[in-house]
Amino acid sequence: MRYTVGIDLGSTTTKAVVLDADSDVPLVRGRGITNSRSNYDVACAVALASALVDARFSMIGSALVQAGLDEVAREERLAELKQRFNEEQYRRQLTELDRVVREFAADPAAGIREVETAAIDELLRDLEAHAGDLFKPGARRKSDFFRDLAGSQYMRKAEDLTRGGGCSSKDTKPRFDALVGLYDKAILVVENTDANAEDFDDCIHAAVEGSESVSPELHRAVESAMATPLEKVASVGTGYGRARLPFDDAQIRSEILCHGLGAFTMFPGTRTVLDIGGQDTKAIQVDGNGIVTSFQMNDRCAAGCGRYLGYIADEMNLGLHELGPLANQAKRPVRINSTCTVFAGAELRERLSLGEKREDILAGLHRAITLRAMSLLARSGGVKNEFTFTGGVANNAAAVKALRKLIQENYGEVTMNISPESIYTGALGAAIFAIRSLEEVPAA
Amino acid sequence: MSTTEETSAAKDQSQDRQKRMIAGHFDKLAESEERGEKCVYTYVPGNLTELLLSFDVNPVLPEINALQSGMRGLSKEYITLAEKEGHSEDVCTYVKCDIGMKRAGNIGPTGKRLPNPNLLLLSYTGCFTFLKWFELLREEYDCPVTMLHVPYQADGKITDEMRKYVVDQMKKKTIPALEKMTGKKFDIDRLRELLARSAKAEDDLVAVLESAKNKPSPIDAYFGGVYYIGPIFTAFRGTEDAVAYYRELREEVEERVRLGKGPIIPSGELKEEKYRLVVEGPPNWTSFRKFWDMFTDEGAVVVASTYTKVGGVYDDGFRHDPDRPLESLAEYCLGCYTNLNLPARVDKLAGYVKDYEADGLLINSVKSCNSFSAGQLMILREVENRTGVPGGFIESDLVDPRYFSAANIKNRLESYFQMIEQKRAQGVTR
Repeated sequence: MRYTVGIDLGSTTTKAVVLDADSDVPLVRGRGITNSRSNYDVACAVALASALVDARFSMIGSALVQAGLDEVAREERLAELKQRFNEEQYRRQLTELDRVVREFAADPAAGIREVETAAIDELLRDLEAHAGDLFKPGARRKSDFFRDLAGSQYMRKAEDLTRGGGCSSKDTKPRFDALVGLYDKAILVVENTDANAEDFDDCIHAAVEGSESVSPELHRAVESAMATPLEKVASVGTGYGRARLPFDDAQIRSEILCHGLGAFTMFPGTRTVLDIGGQDTKAIQVDGNGIVTSFQMNDRCAAGCGRYLGYIADEMNLGLHELGPLANQAKRPVRINSTCTVFAGAELRERLSLGEKREDILAGLHRAITLRAMSLLARSGGVKNEFTFTGGVANNAAAVKALRKLIQENYGEVTMNISPESIYTGALGAAIFAIRSLEEVPAA
Repeated sequence: MSTTEETSAAKDQSQDRQKRMIAGHFDKLAESEERGEKCVYTYVPGNLTELLLSFDVNPVLPEINALQSGMRGLSKEYITLAEKEGHSEDVCTYVKCDIGMKRAGNIGPTGKRLPNPNLLLLSYTGCFTFLKWFELLREEYDCPVTMLHVPYQADGKITDEMRKYVVDQMKKKTIPALEKMTGKKFDIDRLRELLARSAKAEDDLVAVLESAKNKPSPIDAYFGGVYYIGPIFTAFRGTEDAVAYYRELREEVEERVRLGKGPIIPSGELKEEKYRLVVEGPPNWTSFRKFWDMFTDEGAVVVASTYTKVGGVYDDGFRHDPDRPLESLAEYCLGCYTNLNLPARVDKLAGYVKDYEADGLLINSVKSCNSFSAGQLMILREVENRTGVPGGFIESDLVDPRYFSAANIKNRLESYFQMIEQKRAQGVTR
């Protein structure tokens, strides 16, 4: 299969969308996402690898259908296979983490004492022991990224092991900060090596072997998907980190154009796009060809962007995706006007001390960020029918609810589109630009 | 506008002359107290330089000092000093920079101390901050203020009554104040001589700015333009130096037109003109070079800007007139860009887009200056509607480096240029 890829290197996550290069209409073959990290090349490689994994899984699905499986059976097999695949990948990264943590701990300069070395043994054993739980059917994970999954388990256990201890090296208990410091250093190494971007073959084989219900069809489907060559014919990068993407200048497009085109491709009736990402909010107007005619972005500070919600989630010790559902339980939303991310924690604590309920405060905070987006929309030229909401925050039900209400109040009835894949909008737009770049090549 | 060069940047040859002029001026200022010369602080928009020079008074322009401090990387320190004294974050950063510079010893851009004012001449009242600024300086220096109230062009034109009102104030207030300060009698013939020289220099400046109608444009009318307007909007209008400078500049630019060359940019010469822009609003001074590079890196040239009209507007044929000395000075005050009403500004910008065959209108909206920023989004939409070219909008500040987010501005600019490109491609395929 010949494919093009669009990569959106955002401040929080890096997304990749793989498009079939030989399809007449934009045909998404795979999507991949990973947390952005200091090494942009690796972030891109991991996102692309995971999009290609997704593409391979689609092929396996198609092969299963051809083999005569019904939809239910196919979905079950695929879900199990993906779960095993993810667990296998996770375990491989754990092995790497184990190696790196021990390497750092053995360095005399780290000042790790015997009591802490013993604690590290226990921590790493604990991570290994709980790996299976994370990938059990129905298991709830706060994040899909290795750094978060392993990190939260490691921190929990480290807290248990160091309870009652102090920070002094004379303390008889292991020091929490020493243990956490090791993790923080090691995770940077683990996630910035690109080994995990290239191990699809090994992981998928391990996943198939480990499956309880390996059927000949599944084996065949996997083999056929593996045998299909994947040929990258063009790529375009976008996102805030685009200037540092490992692409030529000609392969870089502004995220505003990519979001406009991506949203227009998902919903061709789109005329206004709102994208709320990790550190910026964009209001974009597009014409009947998906071409950007006007845009506005947040200026100078990231108040009211996705990072604001991330900060609130951290303050409340919640996962990011838990915020929306909780806020939607509000009975009496609190009025909050400030969207300063730095003040968000103080605002939250003050409201809590006044006896306000968490869900009511959260509903107020969601409304506050939406108000800021409304101002950008107004300045970009207003909301026209149809309106498409994209970016990570579009996955948040409370933000969507607040936005829907404000748009109705200010602009009347407008069709509001939100794709479950909205986080991939920029990457999709980039992948389409990549397809267009193929068309632009003059015939020799 | 700027009056000194940044280091290690390519420049027009006439820039050497300008540099010598500036250095000489600041030397003169540094020695003025010893020599018993008088000094007046005044503002750029609609200033009365010729009138001051006719009394042998040295003009000092606090806005220019502030922007110079911004370019020399000193404004942050000065602003902090002013904020320590209680000036809030929201106060115009030119004001805070100026107050901070005073605290730090009032050292001018060439490293020499600036003289204290003998008089504060408030010649433009369209900016309310100017009033407050001189109120602060009056306390600082314990010196008198004389104010020239300049009516706003609410209906988009200068009426006879408005002109007369300003001329009357000059006769009854400004000139007597200058006579009192200097002990000299007002000499209208001397003023006429100065105004005749102004008009000559103005003709050449206009030719330089209009040279941008050529393709490629031989100048950048914003980033380069701020250097070109330096002498005329500050202490040199009416002098032989200004006449010589603009003559040399014009010859240089006309030669570039003959050779079909693009503008001089800090890294040398712009090879390919990809985008022709009209820019509204002042530039950012703290990251001036970086800001300019963001344009030249993409092949963008500014062919017309409103900031180069901040001192006075010459587009519609206005020139200082020795035959109507006070009247033409009054018209200059009344006609400066920020004294135009919003419809007049829209007309002007839409006219620039058409006359200079621009690909777009870009607005740099600065936090400090409401005289510029109020109404800019409306202006943008209106110009887009009238001309069909895409508008772009970026935000920064004059001299507070905290309000210049390079990544954010670059992001918007790149998006804007790509948007122009896309629209162009669409136009071709249709």
